[in-house]
Amino acid sequence: MAAVVKRFFDSDLWWSFKRSPVTVLSAVVALVCIFGAALAPWIAPHDPFDLASLNLIDAFKPPVWAEDGVAEYLLGTDDQGRDVLSAIMYGARVSLLVGLSATAFATLVGVSVGLIAGYVGGAVDGLLMRICDIQLTFPSILVALLVDGVVRAVVPREVHDQIAIFVVIFAIGISEWPKFARTVRGSTLVERNKEYVQAARVIGVPKLRIMATHVLPNVVGPVLVVATLNLGLAILSEATLSFLGVGVPPTQPSLGTLIRIGNDFLFSGEWWITIFPGVALVAMVLSVNLLGDWLRDALNPKLR
Amino acid sequence: MFAFVISRILQAIPVLLTVSLISFAMFAYVGDPVAIMLGQDFTEAQRDALVRDLGLDQPFWVQFAEFVGNAVQGQFGLSYRLSRPVAELIAERAPATLELAFCAAVLSLAIGVPMGVYTGLYRNSWLSRFFLTFSLVGVSLPTFLIGILLILVFAVWLGWLPSFGRGDTVQIGWWSTGFLTWSGIKALILPSITLGLFQLTLIMRLVRAEMMEVLRSDYIKFARARGLPNRVVHFGHALKNTLVPVITIVGLQLGAIIAFAIVTETVFQWPGMGLLFIQSVGVADIPVMSAYLLLIAVVFVTINLIVDLLYYAVDPRLRIGRGKGGH
Repeated sequence: MAAVVKRFFDSDLWWSFKRSPVTVLSAVVALVCIFGAALAPWIAPHDPFDLASLNLIDAFKPPVWAEDGVAEYLLGTDDQGRDVLSAIMYGARVSLLVGLSATAFATLVGVSVGLIAGYVGGAVDGLLMRICDIQLTFPSILVALLVDGVVRAVVPREVHDQIAIFVVIFAIGISEWPKFARTVRGSTLVERNKEYVQAARVIGVPKLRIMATHVLPNVVGPVLVVATLNLGLAILSEATLSFLGVGVPPTQPSLGTLIRIGNDFLFSGEWWITIFPGVALVAMVLSVNLLGDWLRDALNPKLR
Repeated sequence: MFAFVISRILQAIPVLLTVSLISFAMFAYVGDPVAIMLGQDFTEAQRDALVRDLGLDQPFWVQFAEFVGNAVQGQFGLSYRLSRPVAELIAERAPATLELAFCAAVLSLAIGVPMGVYTGLYRNSWLSRFFLTFSLVGVSLPTFLIGILLILVFAVWLGWLPSFGRGDTVQIGWWSTGFLTWSGIKALILPSITLGLFQLTLIMRLVRAEMMEVLRSDYIKFARARGLPNRVVHFGHALKNTLVPVITIVGLQLGAIIAFAIVTETVFQWPGMGLLFIQSVGVADIPVMSAYLLLIAVVFVTINLIVDLLYYAVDPRLRIGRGKGGH
């Protein structure tokens, strides 16, 4: 273990990380977001879901630096006296969870399709890539919306509220997989003619096994970059769906839901209810995107 | 040229058929149109009559052919939510969306291209750095947040511009336009900026990258060596070649503009097709959804076709390559 850690600190990757202040800063912001979200039940100042602790007298308190601000509620409270900061931490949890799961789902589907298309080739490749092309002509948010709409029509309402979060994960994952399939197919086409694959084929290793244990480890590098860049996008898609009111149910508000709810109070001057969740969302997405950009450049040997 | 156009059109057909198949499958199998149309009380005979009327007892492919036939004539049935013909609903709302998309596209081109040229030419000036930072923000901010921020600043705090709706519109035939009244134009400003900002930053970055690439090439060096003035080199030689990839991206982004109009229309309660669609998704109004899907597919395929043709017209290498019969 120590050797692995030492190897990491000696690597080019760590060196290029240290040299870029923007990357270090975005890593810090990303870590703060992730820890704040993951540890929300333990470190959040209030429990926004505990109805007993809510007090309508505390409703619409502005942030602490404004005139009527209270130190107890750092970023103010919403219409029901809920602490905005705690709501953000719990909301970021949902956003991150959906973003990570959707990206994992898209990676799984995309990598499998890409591997099969690239390795098997022929008509299978043609068909799978045509499907990819057709889907890529549509913006992913539209695909996610349609999938969500169809599920909404098929599933009765009571059931839907319980599975809504999985529907959103599925919808976003389905809308993002072609990018992974494209990337993996490209590198698989290069790998499959290399000697180690031919050698494996000659000694009679079954196709599936060659794909999974020989080709896969060698095409995973670019997937990592696409996945990181996609994470930001998936979080944004979730926020957009929830903002449009077709995402996660209001009982489990994500950052997008918080922004939508807060939007109603914009005109009466309670801007903090919607702006702070927005700031948190942007901070999270921006830091993940910057990390992805850096990773892409750092792993690209041409730029070294 | 003719063969090229024909081959492109032939390529578009499978895409359209696939999308209409999905769209038809939604229409036919998601939800039960018979149950929805009959309501609570009905006899078995009424049910059978309706099934026969709707052609639901026909085989799948016959139904599909009928669906495509109706779709070509612009008939998509009745909306479950509003009980009105879907085609009528869409036609009513199309002008709002198209005017918004048009303004956003013009805005992003008119500002994005000059900004890209400037940042490409003067890479190290402080204004270029400012533009680049600004574009990073534009890329990272989700559309709905941009809209909310603009509403907060210009509608709530400053009170200069309206925050929702189209303002007063003028009816010209079936087309309702917001261009002819002062309040209509004012209502267009914030939504257009919201919708166009992402495209603007994208175009700017693209033009900048292409400009820098082109300026490094030999023919620019040659033009400079001939002693041509900067203005001629930059705009006569460099910009012209920069614009070829820009056409492609702008064309493809037009589709994205229409898709993201859904979000913008929701933020600003803009009475367009996107708002209609999102309201339909919320209550699973399948006829509207499948019609919208098909419409978007047609728009996308048409845009792709036009982009390909423009490419062909703009880039002489494509024509020469084909003339020789090679690639």
